[in-house]
Amino acid sequence: MTVSNSESKPVINESGIEIKPVYTADDVAEAMNGEAIGLPGEYPFVRGIHPLMYRRRPWTMRQYAGFGNPHETNQRFKYLIENGQTGLNVAFDLPTQIGLDSDDAMSIGEVGRVGMAVDSLRDFEIAFDGIDLDKITVSLTINGAATTLIAMYLAMAEKRGYDIRNLRGTAQNDILKEFIGRGTWVFPVDASIKLVGDTIEYCAEHAPKYSPVSICGYHIRESGCNPVQEMAYAFCIGKAYIDEALARGLDVDEFASRLSFNFDIFGNLFEQVAKFRAGRGLWARILREDYGAKDPRSMVMRMIAGGGGGGLALEQPEVNIVRGAYYALISALSGTQTMALCSYDEAYTIPTEYSARISLRTMQVLIEEMGLCDTVDPMAGSYYMETLTAQMQEKMREVMADVDDRGGIVKLVAEGLVQADVSAQAYETHQGIESGDIRKVGVNCYRIEEEEREVEFHPYDEADGEMQIESLQQIKAARDDGAVATELDRVQGAAEAGDNVMPAIMAAVKSYATVGEITGRLTDVYGRFEEPVRF
Amino acid sequence: MSGPAKVLIAKPGLDGHDQGAKVVARALLDAGFEVHYTGLRQSPEAVAQTALEEDVDVIGLSSLAGSHLPFCRRLKELIDEMGLADKLWIIGGNIPAQDVAALEGIGLDGVFATGSKLQDITDFIKERLP
Repeated sequence: MTVSNSESKPVINESGIEIKPVYTADDVAEAMNGEAIGLPGEYPFVRGIHPLMYRRRPWTMRQYAGFGNPHETNQRFKYLIENGQTGLNVAFDLPTQIGLDSDDAMSIGEVGRVGMAVDSLRDFEIAFDGIDLDKITVSLTINGAATTLIAMYLAMAEKRGYDIRNLRGTAQNDILKEFIGRGTWVFPVDASIKLVGDTIEYCAEHAPKYSPVSICGYHIRESGCNPVQEMAYAFCIGKAYIDEALARGLDVDEFASRLSFNFDIFGNLFEQVAKFRAGRGLWARILREDYGAKDPRSMVMRMIAGGGGGGLALEQPEVNIVRGAYYALISALSGTQTMALCSYDEAYTIPTEYSARISLRTMQVLIEEMGLCDTVDPMAGSYYMETLTAQMQEKMREVMADVDDRGGIVKLVAEGLVQADVSAQAYETHQGIESGDIRKVGVNCYRIEEEEREVEFHPYDEADGEMQIESLQQIKAARDDGAVATELDRVQGAAEAGDNVMPAIMAAVKSYATVGEITGRLTDVYGRFEEPVRF
Repeated sequence: MSGPAKVLIAKPGLDGHDQGAKVVARALLDAGFEVHYTGLRQSPEAVAQTALEEDVDVIGLSSLAGSHLPFCRRLKELIDEMGLADKLWIIGGNIPAQDVAALEGIGLDGVFATGSKLQDITDFIKERLP
């Protein structure tokens, strides 16, 4: 018996692709238009960036963590490592993220609230005390103040005797997406891209194994765009950083292998897996065809994929544990390098030790019990998966072409136009959920009467903030003020001259100049971003 | 009242998550209100000043990163000082159930935690405005 499309209601995925009831080899042949699926570890890397993937080693488990002062964060880091976590993903409080010291008037009530407070190099020395930086790779979720925080991390490692030429680690440092979602911008758009270029250039020369930028589709997706746009916008942003680095005379193969990505997972399982397979193929083609990269390592889309905050619900929060498990499964089926999961209470608060451990165990069950590491790209060859992968890639190309036609990603972000598109879509999605057209279990179907319950929260302690301010005052009293002033002048001088500011910031952080002082000198030169306010 | 009521949507503090604020702003516009959106990083002083200058009927805050209580305490002082106490004052976002009573104690007229329906917000304003 054959089933024609007309016999059932059309099914259209979030990215706008109509899904057929049945797929066959003919669909694959048509969608792929003669292209081969290829092998893992070979161009265009649709099936994975390494020939053996998880047979070689499972993905890195890197839960997002950090709160209060550096002492408490150090304890949480050690707790996660003792429980089998293999990387760290550092959360900073909002003042640190936008370059303010803990004693700034705007920091009141925010110090240590959503992440660790960092004022000076001393805070990094405490936070990473006793952690082997060769064994545990560290990812810094920092954007607006990334130059200073990257410098602090490298300086801390140097002081502990590591050769930064061999030091691995990642900074998020994707400022363009901060203008679209998440909002921790500091400087105007052009200066912000210049600073990203400074970090790429500095790391290429001095810390070639460090990944200075992790390009994030994640937060754009969380802000409301669809899965195809998530990838397409991220690739447009990645190209903007590559263009900035090339303009400084770097060769693409000197730095492209150190660019990595951060993507979101929630929604339709097959669409998500196809998204990542398609994205890997497209990024490889962009690097080889558009930029002439020769080193295959420059072409691979390395990623952290997981999270899924946008898919979690406040209602019946335990169901989020189940959602998280599916997101982890999707991430593993998609060939991620690193996984982080939002914890089930993350719709309310930053995770408790208990909920963070459940997320870690979710990933460990996949590795130890479910066979996800046994063979590479297990979805390959499915008629549906291969057709969808090819179709998603085509859609991504269309979105990227549209961005270029409208003036390019930098212009669209500076004028707030991407933001407006994304927020219009968020509104549509929200209306879809309210009307029930978009089904959400426990939210608009299968609801139960829930008593208002007090969830166990990670507590926020105002005393942490006071302790942090006290410790900042002690650092300021103990340091050589003359040396600090000289180094800060040099930072400002480098910015004024249009030089790479990283060497001067490295010296400044070693003199215990603070995040706020360094950022202040940079804003004296660059000014601050003025948000195009629209909705 | 002549003309549509005017609603201020403000993003207090340093939190950059503005998807919710923008979604609510669009819903209010669709429901016939006039909307003034502040953009990010508003201090209590800036919110009160904008409410005064724009002569709004409703002061709406969107808070996702947990600093709503200290912010609202300070804003309440300014609202009283600046003669804005008669304005309808509402907040939405990531507001834990255990904080609702404290917010109402400060003087919030309505608290719309994540998961609230857009229609609930627009209906609430329509019912409560004179």
